[in-house]
Amino acid sequence: MTTTSTLPRQTVKPPAARRSFVERWLARIFLAPTVLGMALFTFLPIIASLVLAFFRWDIISAPQFVGFANFASLAQDPTVRVSFLNTIVFVVIAVILQLGIALGLASMLQARMPSWLRVFLRSTFFFPLVLSAASVSIFMRYMFNEQFGVVNWLLSLVGIPAVPWLTSPTASAAVVVLVYVWQNFGFSFLLFLGALTNIPKELHEAANLDGATGWKQFSNVTLPLISPTVLVASVMAIISALQVFDQPYVLTNGGPGDSTRTAVMVIFESAFQQLEFGKASAIGLVLTVLILAVTALQFRLSRRFVFYQ
Amino acid sequence: MSSQTLQTGTGKHSGPTTETPATARPRRVRRLPAAGTVGRYAALAVAAALTLGPVLWTLSTSLRTPSESFNLPPSFLPINPDFTAYQEVFKQIHVGLLVLNSALVTGLIAFGQMASATLAGYAFARLDFRSKNAIFSLVLATMMVPVQVTIVPVFMLIRGMGLSDTLLALILPAIPTAFGTFLMRQYFLGLPNDFAEAAALDGAGPWRIFRSVYVPLAVPGMAIVGILAFNFHWNEFFRPLILTISEQNFTLPLGLVTLQGNLGTGSISVVLAGVILSMLPALVVFLFGQRTLREGLTAGASK
Repeated sequence: MTTTSTLPRQTVKPPAARRSFVERWLARIFLAPTVLGMALFTFLPIIASLVLAFFRWDIISAPQFVGFANFASLAQDPTVRVSFLNTIVFVVIAVILQLGIALGLASMLQARMPSWLRVFLRSTFFFPLVLSAASVSIFMRYMFNEQFGVVNWLLSLVGIPAVPWLTSPTASAAVVVLVYVWQNFGFSFLLFLGALTNIPKELHEAANLDGATGWKQFSNVTLPLISPTVLVASVMAIISALQVFDQPYVLTNGGPGDSTRTAVMVIFESAFQQLEFGKASAIGLVLTVLILAVTALQFRLSRRFVFYQ
Repeated sequence: MSSQTLQTGTGKHSGPTTETPATARPRRVRRLPAAGTVGRYAALAVAAALTLGPVLWTLSTSLRTPSESFNLPPSFLPINPDFTAYQEVFKQIHVGLLVLNSALVTGLIAFGQMASATLAGYAFARLDFRSKNAIFSLVLATMMVPVQVTIVPVFMLIRGMGLSDTLLALILPAIPTAFGTFLMRQYFLGLPNDFAEAAALDGAGPWRIFRSVYVPLAVPGMAIVGILAFNFHWNEFFRPLILTISEQNFTLPLGLVTLQGNLGTGSISVVLAGVILSMLPALVVFLFGQRTLREGLTAGASK
């Protein structure tokens, strides 16, 4: 955003007035598709959501003003409460796993190795990102099947009895986390890989001379240097995990019971199955506030990291 | 840093006092990295196997006959491939129609995003107009709005426009792109100003400068926007689930989930054959546009 201010048109051409008139109109035309589209499909819906959250509406009968009742029901409705709790537990575990795996693998790729191997591994860890979460959940559902699933078959080889992956509340929650992390760790991995590759080699050499190797070097030299990326990667991972839907919808459809129901699943079900559009809007707004809070936290924290950038 | 050098300083002093035989030290130094290297390769191998394993299992199971597709032990390598499942999946669902729908939706969104983001990005980067920064901030702010919040009003808006249960319902709302606009603005800001000045001296107006000078230079940036849009919308599930109703308007992911629901665990290989078919375009992007996709995916984090 700062760069625009450094771009004043100092080179004013002779027919300046005519030129800026043409430019202004060209800018309007250029912006029209994006700005009008966003007004129609983003800003108008946000306002509508804000209004709708205070109404009870099932599309068929006339909307009825209910004040804060929709928000109050969020605190009382056990399904909504459980779904938010599930979402938060999911976010914490999935994000820690995702970042941990990504950072571990990205650091291991910094070691000396043949370049074909590095390219192969990088492509491998990146690959799940180009698949659709729905397709991934489809084949993972078969893999985690209790009777004929390949996961239980592998476990049986080492003598572990069959786990009811998709029918036990705890195990099914674990499956949703694992499938989500399997597909998404590659994104954080790419961010970390870029940050780690950008660290000047001299810093590692200096640390080696000072006797800081291995874990010590990682925690005292590497980690502080990539802390801005750790922050960005965490925030992006949190925001996308807060919106998890495809995996639990396809893998477990929220079950058994409500054990894998997430906030977005409840938005979907409230609106398009129970036709409670006001309630769905209220849940959506709470989710948005959560996302905005995470983003605000990022801005606040990033000020402390400016030193490193 | 200062505390660190202090620590190592004391470490050096303590070195001679701990009476280790001089011969033992180099051996230990030589062994430790070896153990570390073995551990690292082992960890990387396990991670690679866990990442590729499910995909290989999917591929080789789709190449088993439907009746033995759930037999154990599982297969991870497609030995003796059998294509019955691939013939069967075409009988079960309109694979051709699903592919056509997905291609139409994804293609038009990608094209629309490339065009609108190029225009808007250019305006923000290189044209002068009032309240530019305010408008740009508003555009960026839409990135923070999750699609789940706007989906209910968008659904009603689409109904009101009479586009309910059409492919346009999926395409139109996805065309304005904050991230794409941001990327194209960055791209145009990175191009030198001299070209515009030279063209202006030759008498080119603002439109000519855009069309003939900057658009050709911005093609790599447009490719990033297009590939990102393709990767996201080809795989999209949430919006099609809500905005399409009849099966003739389903996209691939939605069609496959429906197929799994219909077939259950009866014939895994048929569903997996569909899954593999739906992966093919993504695989093409992966093989030929991986660098562009990586650049695009990580571009959001660097700014």
